[in-house]
Amino acid sequence: MVESVRWPGVAAARTGDDPATTGSAHAPLVRQRSGRVVGGVAAGVADHLGVPVLWVRGVFTALAALGGAGVLAYGLLWISMAPEPADAPSREESSTERMQGIGLAVLGVGLAIAAGALTGTIGRWVIGPLGAVLVGTAVVWREADEAQRRRWLGSARSGVAGALMGGGGASAVVRVLGGVGLVVTGMAMFLLTKVDFAAMQSAVVAVLATLVGVAVLTVPWWLRLVRDLNEERRARIRTEERAEIAAHLHDSVLQTLALIQKQPDVPREVLRLARGQERQLRGWLYGPSGYGRRGPEGEAGAGAGPAGNLAEAVATACGEVEDAFAVKVQQVVVGDCELDERLVAVVLAAREAVVNAAKHAGVGEISVYAEVEPERVQVYVRDRGKGFDPEAVSEDRHGLADSIRGRMERHGGKVRLRTAPGEGTEVQLEMPRSRNGAKSAGKEARR
Amino acid sequence: MSDQEAQGTAETGSRPVRVFLVDDHALFRTGVRAELDHAADTVQVVGEAGSVDEAVAGIGHYRPDVVLLDVHMPDGGGAEVLRRVRPTLPEVVFLALSVSDAAEDVIAVIRAGARGYVTKTISGRELAEAVCRVAEGDAVFSPRLAGFVLDAFADRPGAAPIRDPELDLLTPRERDVLRLLARGYAYKEIASELFISVKTVETHVSSVLRKTQLSNRYELSRWASDRRLV
Repeated sequence: MVESVRWPGVAAARTGDDPATTGSAHAPLVRQRSGRVVGGVAAGVADHLGVPVLWVRGVFTALAALGGAGVLAYGLLWISMAPEPADAPSREESSTERMQGIGLAVLGVGLAIAAGALTGTIGRWVIGPLGAVLVGTAVVWREADEAQRRRWLGSARSGVAGALMGGGGASAVVRVLGGVGLVVTGMAMFLLTKVDFAAMQSAVVAVLATLVGVAVLTVPWWLRLVRDLNEERRARIRTEERAEIAAHLHDSVLQTLALIQKQPDVPREVLRLARGQERQLRGWLYGPSGYGRRGPEGEAGAGAGPAGNLAEAVATACGEVEDAFAVKVQQVVVGDCELDERLVAVVLAAREAVVNAAKHAGVGEISVYAEVEPERVQVYVRDRGKGFDPEAVSEDRHGLADSIRGRMERHGGKVRLRTAPGEGTEVQLEMPRSRNGAKSAGKEARR
Repeated sequence: MSDQEAQGTAETGSRPVRVFLVDDHALFRTGVRAELDHAADTVQVVGEAGSVDEAVAGIGHYRPDVVLLDVHMPDGGGAEVLRRVRPTLPEVVFLALSVSDAAEDVIAVIRAGARGYVTKTISGRELAEAVCRVAEGDAVFSPRLAGFVLDAFADRPGAAPIRDPELDLLTPRERDVLRLLARGYAYKEIASELFISVKTVETHVSSVLRKTQLSNRYELSRWASDRRLV
């Protein structure tokens, strides 16, 4: 029987990450790869806001007329928005839409220049050199974006040149060189027209200009470096998590499956192995302390003295009997509390009752129900088996008398027995909860 | 539950209960189908689905009496199927089937509208009985679910104040019935233990189911809201 297993924590974390399952109404703000005209910013913004891309492009164009604000906004968004993942689905875009986009982009730049020229808010030097720098930078960045996508697809890793060129072929080299040329020309023009070389150390200015140029041209590479580092860290965490799960499954489930394959003719043994494995896996997946962190519980928590919780101790005790006798023990615990000497005694007595049922009742299933109430703890062990006549139990059978009744009464508890031949058996254990469990500590140890 | 009680199956009449299976594991669906085929006179599997979308479409098409619903599936699990089917087909009854031991999962699917919960290790005959019982309009509480519900309604320090006593508290009788259910008693045995009729036991269990679905007590609503069900 195949059963679905899940890791509650992992699942929750995943649904938290995934924007699709959180039901967010907005697409994440990323630059689009398909259907872009310059950098994919307008398409990304349109997707995020849920409006037609034409509107966004129109707004950028209109803003461009206001002293070039649209161009500036576009550039800033281009730098700050992450590109969408390489495996994102591509969108259909009609050629009309594309032509409109290109037209609007040209119009926007034209408007910015014209408005600047008309109002005189930006000097002529901006239109000339700075404009050249901007266009050159845009060309190089766009090419770097394209190169990055190719690099992700081919998973090639190289330095700045690789990031900028990315194996895009001769046309890419031409485009990048053209962009670099524009930037260099623009900066040179700026320096030549505006800076008085005589007043300054020309070498310092040249070095500064070079540094600024390199910094501007390599912005995409720096951004990518940061993103790659984050991505690598996430991937490493995922890998470690996977390795831990794989190791656990190997140590437990695969070993058990191998054992089961070795003895297919012994159904009892197969059942025992399967039950034991199921319980272990459940403990690891859902258990209160989780697999691995659970200490050596030993004999139903008895060996460790008054430590741990009642629910855990009952589960362990039932599991041991399941393993030893190849029966199914269905256990339900309502409430929980810390174990003390008395409750350890209750758990041991209950275990003995389960063992009796497994040995003598002749049925495959035993029910255990434990309830913690403010002033007492009750445990019921029930089977639907043969039942017996309590009066007729021979004197040499000590299980019920000593291990259950004796143990419970020594600690101030009570035992009731409901059984008759053919009616099944129910052992009812009741123990008042003590405020100080130390009183009866010595008695159990003497046994 | 055992041979001592077959009252669930005997009373269903001539027409077998039509069952639709929803589980993302094909192997498990095959297993359940094979087991239910042994009880072909009372239960008939009319269709199955391996995903939430398939399930919604299949239930709409076959109009089964009972849907056996896996709690854990991709795309929202059993609760999502319940949310999408119940508004249009309120007469279809759901029985949750799960390996999960997590109380919040079980309570969440009950609050989404399932009429009962059984674990996947249940035998084929017991499953057929449970199917017949929910088809008749009763609730099916496995001992484990009874334990969870007792726990959820327990008065422990820090629990939310009771706003609606009608919904937020179990009556002593309902508590007794749940305890016996958790101890592994069949309805018939509970009836004779408490000196009431089987019908009264069924009424108590249905009432507990209603309270579990409607109460806004802290534990219940927290479990549900953690799972984004409220």
